[in-house]
Amino acid sequence: MLREAEGPVRPRGGGTKPWGPADDATVLETGGLDRILEHNVGDFTAVLEAGVPLATAQAAFAEHGQMLAIDPALHDAATLGGVMATSDSGPLRHRYGGMRDLVVGATVALSDGTLAKSGGKVIKNVAGYDLAKLLIGSFGTLGLIVRAAVRLHPLPPRTASAVGASDDPERLGAAAIALASHPLEADCLDLDWRDGAGRLLVRFGSAAAADQAAATVARMREVALEDLATVEDDDELWMAQRVHQRGACVLKVSGRPTDLPAVCRAGDAVVGRPALGLYWLSLPAEAAAVAAAREALSPRACTLLDAPPELRAEAWAAPDPGAHAVMARIKERFDPARRFRPGTFVGGI
Amino acid sequence: MVQPMRELIGRLREIVGDGWCYTAEHQLRTYESDGLLQYAVRPGVAVLPGTAEEVQACVRACAAAVVPWVARGSGSGLSGGALPIAEGVLIVTSRMKRVLEVDLANQRVCVEPGVTNTAVSSAVAPDFFYPPDPSSQIVCSIGGNVAENSGGAHCFKYGFTTNYVCGLEVVLPDGELVTLGGEELDPPGYDLLGAFVGSEGTLGIATKVWLRVLPAPETVKTLVAFFDSTHAAGEAVSEIVQSGVVPGAIEMMDRVAIEASEQMAHAGYPVGRGAALLVELDGAERECEARFEEVVAICERCGSDDVRVARDETERQLFWKTRKAAFPAMGRISPNYFVQDGVIPRTRLPEVLEAIEALAQEYGMIVANVFHAGDGNLHPLVCFDGRNEGEAERAEELSGRILDACLDAGGSITGEHGVGVDKKKHMPKMFDEPDLDAFQRLRCAWDPAGLANPGKVMPTPRLCGEVPGVYRQHPLEAAGLAERF
Repeated sequence: MLREAEGPVRPRGGGTKPWGPADDATVLETGGLDRILEHNVGDFTAVLEAGVPLATAQAAFAEHGQMLAIDPALHDAATLGGVMATSDSGPLRHRYGGMRDLVVGATVALSDGTLAKSGGKVIKNVAGYDLAKLLIGSFGTLGLIVRAAVRLHPLPPRTASAVGASDDPERLGAAAIALASHPLEADCLDLDWRDGAGRLLVRFGSAAAADQAAATVARMREVALEDLATVEDDDELWMAQRVHQRGACVLKVSGRPTDLPAVCRAGDAVVGRPALGLYWLSLPAEAAAVAAAREALSPRACTLLDAPPELRAEAWAAPDPGAHAVMARIKERFDPARRFRPGTFVGGI
Repeated sequence: MVQPMRELIGRLREIVGDGWCYTAEHQLRTYESDGLLQYAVRPGVAVLPGTAEEVQACVRACAAAVVPWVARGSGSGLSGGALPIAEGVLIVTSRMKRVLEVDLANQRVCVEPGVTNTAVSSAVAPDFFYPPDPSSQIVCSIGGNVAENSGGAHCFKYGFTTNYVCGLEVVLPDGELVTLGGEELDPPGYDLLGAFVGSEGTLGIATKVWLRVLPAPETVKTLVAFFDSTHAAGEAVSEIVQSGVVPGAIEMMDRVAIEASEQMAHAGYPVGRGAALLVELDGAERECEARFEEVVAICERCGSDDVRVARDETERQLFWKTRKAAFPAMGRISPNYFVQDGVIPRTRLPEVLEAIEALAQEYGMIVANVFHAGDGNLHPLVCFDGRNEGEAERAEELSGRILDACLDAGGSITGEHGVGVDKKKHMPKMFDEPDLDAFQRLRCAWDPAGLANPGKVMPTPRLCGEVPGVYRQHPLEAAGLAERF
């Protein structure tokens, strides 16, 4: 199709993440690429086409007690390719990393119709350049991801969470750092901040999850968190964290663990992965509110994700100028005809 | 020596000072090989810059003179990635060994490229550690780890260098100094860190590295279980992983490797057993204890009648010493050996080991197997006597056929040692022409002049067309060293 058609194109999976500047490019749907090509149960790997809905893949893996350890905000239609292209993630990123850490191989269709693969389907491999990482988070500007091989993990037999609250951002920040400094082996460590009230949530996924959560509650007491609780039936708690990561206007902050108090002060509602220094701020859908939050958090890079189209023109933070020059050259080499969403990426790439 | 090279050396001397610019034969001999001794090339000149600015000035000088260069850390790599170029410059980072910043609240450390892997963990000990731990960790440098995306025994659980690098300061091949990422994750734009880590010195030279560190595990428990066969030990590995246990490390040695290591480490291992499995669990104390019982039960169920649990740190160190002795110990039973680095899907272990055994018999050679069993990364050691004519060639051929067996099983030609010069001829077995072309696009975006570590990774040297381009003859092309692609 790329060889026959002309003009700019925009790859589209489930259409659940209209992020980045809007464009009027021809939409390239991946819905037809919907096969799970391999699920190598004993090897904890799978090969999937890009259009497979993540929910479908997870259901197939779950039948064998496995999961792809990525849990972005809930949207049944979200596809593997879309989650890769946007580098979306959820609470499990705390332990398992993001898509860049889970994809072990990828095949991409370039603008001249070339199909190129990199990596492989084994979990350890350093042969050749890691082009999959370049594609992940490229927002469809280098090519169309058509297929990927991923590493899987065992589904936890049980889960349990520890919850502790504080209305004081400084105290929450200090508590998050203290908790992150312990070798808890937690699956998730999240911040939930809204309307001047905050709490930290720590989730464990193992046979001993309830014990681990109870021990964590004790640690939370030591760092002066309040309203402590152990929650064994904790799905709803984490569902809410995933849902709150989306909204009418969401600014993602690439920050540090120590930025937690500043981030709480900058937004009415925040979902955070404090040990990673990543935060998602819900803001009023107004240019002035976005600008004020960026100003308050400067020099941290803030990327506007969900937002009305008129605000998304300024979605990206400016990269380091030297890094930007390399990015522009990469775009030039991979998409010399400038067909994949031209002009919509960081710095007008 | 040709005139441009002589002028370049003069310039390099000005940059790093006389004492750090080597041109004499006895000085250069140190640098003619990396850890893979079967390749040796004496560089035109070796420089040891002391700062990022000096590295930048050296690279600029090379770019201006259109002379290729190779970066080298500690020179412990096992694929010839730091093999010098005869008419080129070797840039050695071993003087740049400052730990620049330790920020434990944010779990970050910033180091210069010459800092050793072990020194990073030492800088954040005892409460934190840096997980990637290649066997050469006492000497290998972080810059080299970044170039090779180094793994180690604990990467099944913790991942590789690429999962821990969050920022780099890089001198690009044109001499520009750029910052990729930093202390924060998810910098805006393409994942240049992901592209750079593991690029084997072909995209630039890192002068500053920001790393994530993790809280040190509360407890570590280690056992060694002996089995009659690698097959039975392989079953145990599969069962352990299936059960949802994620061990810090699972390492296997076969009969030959056990015998050789025991001679060197004296750990009291029973000679003659078919396989030894080292399993290490780390993490929260309670979870670790419970899981450890499970692992012991699985080993016994899979046929081990000899499970030894390390009683203390001394014994644990002895277990590891025996495992890590496997490579050097081979030197005692064979004058020479090649180390292979193939990867297979773990479930194909029994059939691939059988294939390796069959190949060893066909060639009449001894192959010992040591491997990271959790992630299917095999290190077959092909033993030979280089004094016998043709034996090295036959051993290399056998080594290559072992890689074929790994690829047939759906694996890879290298799990952690890199492609370098050693594996580049095998690249077309794993990647087709469009794949290699895509690799070249990436390389050209960073190094259009083709001066950074040319002749590595790609099976045939290629040059970059300009975008858009007017043809100009490249110096390597003129010298007949490369053809345009």
